Amino acid sequence: MSYPVRKFDAVIVGAGGAGLRAALQLSEAGCKVAVLSKVFPTRSHTVAAQGGVGAALANMGEDSWHWHMYDTVKGSDWLGDQDAIEFMCREAPKSVIELEHFGMPFDRNENGSVYQRPFGGHMQNFGAGPPSQRSCCAADRTGHAMLHTLYQRNVRSNTHFFVEWMALDLIRDSSGQAVGVTAMEMETGEVSIFHSKAVLFATGGAGRVYASSTNAFINTGDGLGIVSRAGIPLEDMEFWQFHPTGVAGAGVLITEGVRGEGGYLLNKDGERFMERYAPNAKDLASRDVVARAMATEIKDGRGCGDNADHVMLKLDHLGEELIESKLPGIREISKKFANVDPVKDPIPVVPTCHYMMGGIPTNYRGEVVAPSGENKEAIVPGLFAAGECACASVHGANRLGTNSLTDLLVFGKSAGNSTVEFLKQNREHKDLPRDAGDLTRERLDRLNNQTNGESVSEVGAALRQTMQRNCGVFRFPDLLANGVAEIKEVEQRVMRTQISDKSKVFNTARIEALELDNLIEVAMASLVSAEARQESRGAHDRADFSDRDDENWLKHTLWFKEGNRLDYKPVHMNPLTAETIEPKVRTY
Amino acid sequence: MSDMDRLRWSCRRGLLELDLVLQRFLNEEYSSLGAEQRETFKRLLGLQDNELLDLAMGRADTSDEKFGELVNLMRK
Repeated sequence: MSYPVRKFDAVIVGAGGAGLRAALQLSEAGCKVAVLSKVFPTRSHTVAAQGGVGAALANMGEDSWHWHMYDTVKGSDWLGDQDAIEFMCREAPKSVIELEHFGMPFDRNENGSVYQRPFGGHMQNFGAGPPSQRSCCAADRTGHAMLHTLYQRNVRSNTHFFVEWMALDLIRDSSGQAVGVTAMEMETGEVSIFHSKAVLFATGGAGRVYASSTNAFINTGDGLGIVSRAGIPLEDMEFWQFHPTGVAGAGVLITEGVRGEGGYLLNKDGERFMERYAPNAKDLASRDVVARAMATEIKDGRGCGDNADHVMLKLDHLGEELIESKLPGIREISKKFANVDPVKDPIPVVPTCHYMMGGIPTNYRGEVVAPSGENKEAIVPGLFAAGECACASVHGANRLGTNSLTDLLVFGKSAGNSTVEFLKQNREHKDLPRDAGDLTRERLDRLNNQTNGESVSEVGAALRQTMQRNCGVFRFPDLLANGVAEIKEVEQRVMRTQISDKSKVFNTARIEALELDNLIEVAMASLVSAEARQESRGAHDRADFSDRDDENWLKHTLWFKEGNRLDYKPVHMNPLTAETIEPKVRTY
Repeated sequence: MSDMDRLRWSCRRGLLELDLVLQRFLNEEYSSLGAEQRETFKRLLGLQDNELLDLAMGRADTSDEKFGELVNLMRK
C-alpha cells in the first residue's frame, strides 16, 4: 500500500525564522508552498534569540558592510566562505529594513531610526575599533518579535502550514533531483508523501546531541538526519559553539556576570582551580580559557557529582543582598533548574552547547551543493537549505554574536528566491520514483516490529553523554578516539530501538525514536569530523594541536553517512566584489 | 494514553527553560489536578512562550485567577 500523495510547488521543512522568511518569498511570488513544522511556528527555537540582528545600518555612528564582513571572517577564524559572508553583510541592512516594513517592533532612536546596541566582536575600521553598535533588537525579545512578524505576513500571503507534522525522509529521483518528502501527521500517525518540485530545509540546530545544551527539546537536527540518509554530506560538523557555564543537567545559562561580580569555580576538592590556569585573571579569564580549564578538570577526574561531570560555581560569599541586587534572576534560575539556592550552596555548572556552525552544505544562494565527480560543489537540483541547519558557510569555525538572526533572514530570503527561480525553470512536477516512501516504510516497520530492543531514552542519554564527554568544548585525542568508538556502539543501539506503545495517534514515543534517528547522524558526523581535524580553529579546540594550521586545514570537512567517510573542499577565499581578507592570527 | 501524549507534545516549546518547567509540571503536578484545572492547563499552554515563561519564573503576574493557581504550582 502506498502513502497518500499531496502536491505542492515547494515544501519547506521547518517554520522558524529561516523557514518563515523563505516561505514568504515563495508565497508572495504566487507559488503553492507547504510548510511542515513539529510545533506551532511561533514556538520555534528562534524565539530564544535575544541578542539582535547584526546589520551595518550605521544608525548609531559610522559603519559599513565591509567592516561587518571583516568581523565575520575573523570571527569564523577564516573558515567562513568569503563570497557568502560578503553577500550576507551586504544584504543585512536591506533585510532589516524590509522586516521593519513588515511591522517588526524594533527598538528606536529618538529620530525614529532603528536603535542598535553594541555586541562582542563587532568593530569599526576592519577590527581596529572602536566597537560598532550594529545589533538591531526588540528589547530582549528579538527572535520572538521576528517570528510573530514573519508568521503574520505568511498568513496574509496564504502560506499553507502543516503544524505538528514531522518530516521523515527526502525523496530524490534517479537523477538525484529532490522531488518531495515523506512526513507524519502526529495527530493521526499517518504518513503522506509531499510531492513537490522543490524542497527547502530550515530545521534549525541540533544541540540536543549534547547532554548539556541551551537548545530546546525540538532541536534534533531533523533536516541533517534526513539529507544524510539521502546521500548528501554534512559540512563542518566538528564546529559547535559552547558557553562555559550552563546549569549541569539542565543547560540553562548562568550569565558570565556572576564571575564578574566575584563568583568563582571549584573542583571536587573544593579548589579554586582557575588560579592554576590563569594566575592573574583567575575566574575572569576569557571565555575559552575558562571553558578549557573546566573541561580539563573534568577530564582529569576532578569533576563533581556522582559522574564527576561538572564543576561548582560558588557565590554564597557574595551575600544575599548583592546576589539579589546585582544578579537578578540567577537565584531563581538556580533554584528552579539546579535545585540549589546560591545564597547557601554552589551551582553545578558545565560547558554547554549553544550553536551549530556546520550543517547542510549550500552556496550563498541557498542551493544545496555536494560533490559529484570532480566538482566538489555540484548543485543538487531542487534542494535548498537555510538558517542554522545550513552551512553557507558564513560562521566558519565560530559564529559571531547576532549573526545567527542575520543568517536566517538573509539566507532564508536568498534560498526562497532561488527556489522561486528554480520553479520558473521547472514548471512540471517530476515523477515520483517507484520506491518513493520505501525508506520511511522500512524505518517505521522496523520500529514497530522491533523485539528485544533498546529503550529510546536510554540510548538517547548514551548518545548525549558520549558527545558531552568526548566531543566537548576542549578536545583531547584519546577522548575523540574513544568517542568515535563509543558512538559506533550507540549507532548499533539506535538501529534496535523499541517502543512499547504502538498506537498511531499522537505517539510521542515514536516521534522521539524518529528524532533519535536524526540525532545519531549529527553525533556521528561531529565526532568523526572532529577526530580527523588535527588543528585548533575557532570552536574546535584541541589539546594536542593547539594552533591553527592553514597549510593543511584551511578547508571544509564533508562527512558522508555512506561508508562513514570524510572528504574536504576548499574555503571560498574570494569575495563577490571585495578584496580577500587574508588569514592572520585571530586575537581580540 | 493519547490525550496525555498530546499534552506532552504541547509542552514542547521554543525555549529550553519552558520545556523543563512544563515537563516537570506534567510529571509531578498534573496527575493531582482536578478536571477544571486540567482544562485551565490546556488554556495556559495556549500562551506565547515568553509570556508563559515570565509567569512560571515569577517575572510577571496574571489577573486570571485560574491561571494564578497553576502558575503558583509551577513556581514551586
